[in-house]
Amino acid sequence: MFLLAIDWSLILEKLILIALIIVLCMIVAMYATYAERKIAAFIQDRHGPNRAGPFGLLQPLADGGKLFFKEEIIPLASSKFLFVLGPMLAMITALITSAVIPWGTSAMIAGKTVPLQVADINVGVLYIFAVVSMGVYGIMIGAWASNNKFSLLAGIRGASQMISYELAMGLSLIAILMISGSLQMSEIVNQQRGGALGDFMSWNIWKQPLGFLIFFICALAECNRTPFDLPEAENELNMGYHQEYSSMKLGFYLFAEYINMFMSGVLMATLFWGGYDIPFVNESKLAESIGHNWVAFLSFSMLMIKACISIFIFVWIRWTVPRFRFDQLMHLGWKRLVPLALLNMLITAAIVLWLNK
Amino acid sequence: MMTKYFLKSRMSLQLTNRAKPVDRRPMNWLERLYLWNIAKGMAITLKHFFSKKVTVQYPEQTRSFSKVFRGLHILNRDEEGRERCTACGLCAVACPAEAITMEAAERKEDEVHLYREEKYAARYEINMLRCIFCGYCEEACPKDAIYLSQTFTPANYQRKGFIYKKEDLLIPNPLTDKEAYEKALGTIKAKNQKV
Repeated sequence: MFLLAIDWSLILEKLILIALIIVLCMIVAMYATYAERKIAAFIQDRHGPNRAGPFGLLQPLADGGKLFFKEEIIPLASSKFLFVLGPMLAMITALITSAVIPWGTSAMIAGKTVPLQVADINVGVLYIFAVVSMGVYGIMIGAWASNNKFSLLAGIRGASQMISYELAMGLSLIAILMISGSLQMSEIVNQQRGGALGDFMSWNIWKQPLGFLIFFICALAECNRTPFDLPEAENELNMGYHQEYSSMKLGFYLFAEYINMFMSGVLMATLFWGGYDIPFVNESKLAESIGHNWVAFLSFSMLMIKACISIFIFVWIRWTVPRFRFDQLMHLGWKRLVPLALLNMLITAAIVLWLNK
Repeated sequence: MMTKYFLKSRMSLQLTNRAKPVDRRPMNWLERLYLWNIAKGMAITLKHFFSKKVTVQYPEQTRSFSKVFRGLHILNRDEEGRERCTACGLCAVACPAEAITMEAAERKEDEVHLYREEKYAARYEINMLRCIFCGYCEEACPKDAIYLSQTFTPANYQRKGFIYKKEDLLIPNPLTDKEAYEKALGTIKAKNQKV
């Protein structure tokens, strides 16, 4: 009878954590749309949304409400099942990346250590790769099911772009894996905390600046952000893959884009900028003075700050740089980034080998 | 050599002194790397991020008009609050858009405190959709009765909402609502001083 001895408290703990993280992702995505509009406006010498609530802070709610009440149109000629599946897939793949990310130092709740990570699997980076490459299905299926030539073109563009840039992204990550010697996300973060060189000097960014640059460019491309927003090129493809979508299905696509943006920000922070590590602060010493939970909260906030900075940079780039032409995109991806990432990998391998000898 | 000559000949045709010759040198290594140029572009956008915003926050702030701005019409009253209009019809004749309609009536004995002259406009309408705000009515009026104010046409849901009746056009009565009267008159005064 005790073959299935399930630790119910663990399941409950994880479920609560999952719910919290999903809510967090939603809120961040909501306010990322607000940030996008606000930053775009400021860059263009405007004020941006400032009518709904103080500083327009309720604008995302108004937008969401509007999307919910819009008429839902499913084109007659579309493939109905896939048409509905598309935005769902986009949303799911955007959200499940968050499962392996360590959000902060572990908290102490009722005498029990609760790690702020849903699944501390030993193939974390690999898992993220698998999920990110699944992200293309949301776009492709949605685009194909729409039965619209612009959407189809956008889907093809999106697929080829994502596949091309995943390559360089993977190669730049291999260099990180060589340094850390582990695929486990928590282990990668732990290695970046403390160390002989001083607190923040052990962040991976100092060891892999070129790798970070490649990863950053590829992250832009993976999120379909300008200058790599070819799948939704407004002035060529009429919004591309979500042209036929309306109501909350469109909302899901837009939301998924912002969640992806947030996730890549968190990922970059985790892999290159020390994760939840607070610079100039020794967390274990701080925990003795102000308690574990406060340190967990502070470290989580630090990760959020790092992610928000990268969201800001993403938006800033969007309103600065014009879109690439498709051949330029492929040229950059295959002839520049892949060789550069290979070179970076080789140099890292040589240095790691030399240091370990 | 050729380009130099070309540039010189262009310079002589220069209309403003803001023109800059285009730099057509081939890109150097740093420029071809593209990243440096992106950084420069991002510096420009960041500068704009912190710069002063040009938007006028409309309902709270309004743009100031020139003193001769021609907005919605006002039918004027004299100091005792009597309507100045005597329904002579000169404004309607002067109106190139034929936006003004009026009907005259004779003043009764007990209406002396209402109308300045013996004849008055019983009905006075301006169709704001026809009006071109040229101000000819203002020029034609011999009785100082019609002015173009500094408010502009508000929106409306229906066409008939744009046909302004006498009640819509009349300036507030200085005897009963002095404050509103002065406010409406203030713009006219400023305008007259300029002219």
